[in-house]
Amino acid sequence: MRLSDAPKGANAVVQSVSDAHPADPIAQRLRDLGFVAGEPVRLVARGPLGGDPLLIQIGSTRFALRKSEAARVDVLVEGAA
Amino acid sequence: MRIALVGNPNCGKTALFNQLTGGRQKVANYAGVTVERKEGRFVAPSGRTLHILDLPGAYSFEATSPDEAITRDVCHGRYPGEAAPDLIVCVADATNLRLHLRFVLEVRRLGRPVVLALNMMDAARRRGIAIDVAELSRRLGVPVVETVAVKRGGAKALIARIDESVPDIVPAAIDQASVEQLHTEVRSILAATVTTSRDTVAIDDAIDRWALHPVFGLAILATLMFFIFQAVFSWAEPIMDAIESGIAALGVFVTGFLPADSALHSLLNDGLFAGLGAVLVFLPQILILFLFILVLEESGYLPRAAFLLDRMMFRVGLTGRAFIPLLSSFACAIPGIMATRSIQDPRDRLTTILVAPLMTCSARLPVYTLLIAAFIPSRSVWGVFNLQGIVLFTLYFAGIFSALGVAFVMKRLRKDKSEHALIMELPSYRLPNVRDIGLGLWERAMIFLKRVGGIILALTVLLWFLSSFPGPPDGATQPAIDYSIAGRLGRMLEVIFAPIGFNWQICIALVPGLAAREVAVAALGTVYAMSGSDDSVASQLGPLIANQWSLATALSLLAWYVFAPQCMSTLAVIRRETNSWRNVAVAAGYLFGLAYLASLATYQIARALS
Repeated sequence: MRLSDAPKGANAVVQSVSDAHPADPIAQRLRDLGFVAGEPVRLVARGPLGGDPLLIQIGSTRFALRKSEAARVDVLVEGAA
Repeated sequence: MRIALVGNPNCGKTALFNQLTGGRQKVANYAGVTVERKEGRFVAPSGRTLHILDLPGAYSFEATSPDEAITRDVCHGRYPGEAAPDLIVCVADATNLRLHLRFVLEVRRLGRPVVLALNMMDAARRRGIAIDVAELSRRLGVPVVETVAVKRGGAKALIARIDESVPDIVPAAIDQASVEQLHTEVRSILAATVTTSRDTVAIDDAIDRWALHPVFGLAILATLMFFIFQAVFSWAEPIMDAIESGIAALGVFVTGFLPADSALHSLLNDGLFAGLGAVLVFLPQILILFLFILVLEESGYLPRAAFLLDRMMFRVGLTGRAFIPLLSSFACAIPGIMATRSIQDPRDRLTTILVAPLMTCSARLPVYTLLIAAFIPSRSVWGVFNLQGIVLFTLYFAGIFSALGVAFVMKRLRKDKSEHALIMELPSYRLPNVRDIGLGLWERAMIFLKRVGGIILALTVLLWFLSSFPGPPDGATQPAIDYSIAGRLGRMLEVIFAPIGFNWQICIALVPGLAAREVAVAALGTVYAMSGSDDSVASQLGPLIANQWSLATALSLLAWYVFAPQCMSTLAVIRRETNSWRNVAVAAGYLFGLAYLASLATYQIARALS
């Protein structure tokens, strides 16, 4: 499941980050920030207008990511298959 | 020896820098406060002089913004005119090691001597995070010291360590490790050295539940902003009255010793007291505005506001990241424009730079409040709000909405429509430090007083000369200023500005007012003092113009000041930050154009209605 589609408050684990296009700097930055396989993440809140951006917690750090950015992150939500 | 401070954004590098060098560089609680390299030095206990370099925070050497590129280039020894540092002090937030250690590993791979400073150790202990420092040092192969940069003496261990000897260079195990390998290493180090009770701070979760709530979050933000503008107006009043009468009394006292018709009497009375006094009374308002900005910056709330507004700003072609530069532009557009260096996307950055002058900077406050106090009745509206406060709020919003409009037009004109990035860290909340806020206010007060004593004084004296010479011919019937250079220039300019309702006195004031906005108020004070027969001093400028101007003229001048780029320093900083005269021309051209149109519309409509 894409991180942008994850239910609010659910715990998830990063599977991979995919490049939207070759040499995607946004995907590279996400990986630099710790979005790599095995890291636990949680969607904490959604922005007020159109549910964008998203507040993502990874480790003890919180990042605001736009939906399009979070869509690059593939996650496995706990409890879901 | 040259030492560079590097680390993730918002880990306390600048606080540590200030602690080491006794400097007073700006610190706040959000990523991207420091956007350029800052240099300082201190004498170590051993007597050696150490040069300390404070660098912008970076998440990675894969730089994605101009400020990160500076850090990357300095660390690699590629920064023009600067040798690579002899020692790198890598600063990491002890409460956020999972993120920060990765960059530490990247820094270690540079193959230069490194010391790791674990900062915010007090916060880490409070949160129940236990770190095995010896083991961490052993695993990393670099010396590790604990610091608390915001506490006096909190850098003791660091000073002792860098004074001791330059640590050996650790040969990197792998030259070109992949991102995944770095994270794997971070995870294994963390597992061996850090024990944490929980990931987040309960108070952060609790505050964010409200502060980021889709409905309450926006309501809180709007209330907060409105409260600030109300406070700027109502809290300052008693202090301003005191300053005003103080200056008036001083003027009477000083000029009392001089013959009333002498040139010196006129220079002191009309030039200094009427001119400078008119600006000086606005110090309390500026300080109140800064008090709020500083508290917001320190608290960690600003990135939350950026989160709430990102979607709206994105639609008009900006980014949530632009919120902080734009908010600092309410203080002054110059640091605001410099703060855009933390915006990664060059298109977003340029748009932000070009609309930053539309944010109502504190230099406009003297102009706004002078006119509002003179023309808008102080009446309460619905029992809670003050009409004057509402007008001020409207002026601020006129600036904000036009900035959104301009950004939207720029977005439409842009050819490159590829994706823009946000990716912004939200820091932990922090209680603002009273001492830091006090220092920040003191600094702002000094900057303002220096401006008053420097450029405003110089221009006021110059204007006094231009309005005094040449003197009137024998048998002149008009006030002396009518025959002077300034008077004639004002009459010439009046032709252009008559359609927007400016009289020749305003036209004169606008010319020196090009240098800085507050100068216009000082200039008006001087011009009216010169043309009046009575001893008008600072405190009387308001009532004086209230008698002489129409309401339409006053509103038109307010509209002019929402847009007009009456600030050379802003144009100069746009040139420096964008490295292009074309952008300066675009900014000045569109701002003057909008100013004239807005004033024209305001004046003509106000006249038609009255």
